[in-house]
Amino acid sequence: MTATTHDFEGPVFAAQSTFRAIMQAIARPGSLQSIEGLKDVPAPLSGEAAAIALALFDHDTPVWLDPELARPDVAAWLRFHTGAPVVPEPALAIFALVGDPAGLPPLNAFDQGSAEYPDRSTTLVLQMAGLAEGETLVLTGPGIRDNQAFRAAPLPDDMAERIAANRSQFPRGVDLLFTAPSQVAAIPRSVRLKRG
Amino acid sequence: MNAPAYNFAYLDEQTKRMIRRAIMKAIAIPGYQVPFASREMPMPYGWGTGGVQVTAAILGPNDILKVIDQGSDDTTNAVSIRKFFAKTAGVRTTTDTHEATVIQTRHRIPEASLGEHQVLVYQVPIPEPLRFLEPRETETRRMHALAEYGLMHVKLYEDIARHGHIATTYAYPVKVDGRYVMDPSPTPKFDNPKMNDCAALQLFGAGREKRIYAIPPYTKVVSLDFDDHPFERYRHDASCELCGAADSFLDEVIMDDSGSRMFVCSDTDYCETRRAAGPALDSQQSEGAHG
Repeated sequence: MTATTHDFEGPVFAAQSTFRAIMQAIARPGSLQSIEGLKDVPAPLSGEAAAIALALFDHDTPVWLDPELARPDVAAWLRFHTGAPVVPEPALAIFALVGDPAGLPPLNAFDQGSAEYPDRSTTLVLQMAGLAEGETLVLTGPGIRDNQAFRAAPLPDDMAERIAANRSQFPRGVDLLFTAPSQVAAIPRSVRLKRG
Repeated sequence: MNAPAYNFAYLDEQTKRMIRRAIMKAIAIPGYQVPFASREMPMPYGWGTGGVQVTAAILGPNDILKVIDQGSDDTTNAVSIRKFFAKTAGVRTTTDTHEATVIQTRHRIPEASLGEHQVLVYQVPIPEPLRFLEPRETETRRMHALAEYGLMHVKLYEDIARHGHIATTYAYPVKVDGRYVMDPSPTPKFDNPKMNDCAALQLFGAGREKRIYAIPPYTKVVSLDFDDHPFERYRHDASCELCGAADSFLDEVIMDDSGSRMFVCSDTDYCETRRAAGPALDSQQSEGAHG
């Protein structure tokens, strides 16, 4: 096992600053927040997704890895550093790490939460190549003053329909975090898409 | 020198992660009360243990913390919570509303408008707006799931039937982004309009009742009312006798045994800022006043 290196250097403050970036990202959907990625994490896990994992995952949060990330060294790294159990079904996961967002499973494959406990749904972390290319989505809703443009690539062609369908069952639904080098953005379930 | 006996900002990292996950879901579902595993804090329930846990989970070394109790920076609850974080987190504290990045509050929203860089953390005693109408948690949970809020309108209507107007003056229920009915904590209803379209993120923590909820920035927050009995703000028909403000929420202070009284701003920072900025409109009154 070589998965025992690299953690946050100052775990308390790094977890705090990572969380604050995530909190601001969810509170202001589509906005880009700065986040410091970890170095030397097992590929293809990104440094930013690894930082989010260290900030939020623990033994209480089953994690699902998409086929791209479902590799022994990634799973071993997550287990060692966070203690989170890796589960085989997306519907069982509190968090999902997606290394190949173009091949994203349908959003309703994940835990949607219940009408009584909508907070129990999955939060997805998508590793994007960048947050400046791809189809422009125009977001509105809580956290957004007027409109917020959002771009991310690569994503499935029908991503706008999936996000709209996710919103249509509010308050149930999943929440999406998007990472790119040194950046994080979010589309929580409260977001409405503006059709151009 | 011994190692510190507690973590930065008192709570251990495992607890912070749990609270942080609850905060994320609370923001994603505006107005919905997320259950969380509230910890025992070194202060009694009812003294802001929920707000303190939320503040501890978000606070970083570069934050500047302000704590108010009924608008005031210098009452017991505010002073002790400010000292608590100055000691356990070593953060800078302030009474200046504009300078603060995190403001923890008990039952007031500052008069000065808040900015995008700020987070307002409310201490909440009873988070469930339907609790006095329906004591069973299973039932209120189902009512929220179905958005079945008729009972709340009946309660407000009974106010009108009995008093001729909506007599609820604090903890006045609001609807967040057209979906969840939420208790804004026992703030005076004067403050309700400030929750609407606010630039700052608003987080609510109820320690004893183990709930966290949130209003994201720029979110529609509507006070419940009727077409023929619209929501009305209430403030005493007077001006602050220290700074002359005619727009701020006022506290009525009894001055002596014979019943004389004066009205002063509840928001001490707002009042002090106004007095520092210009000549007090009523300087004679301010002579004998304490800050």
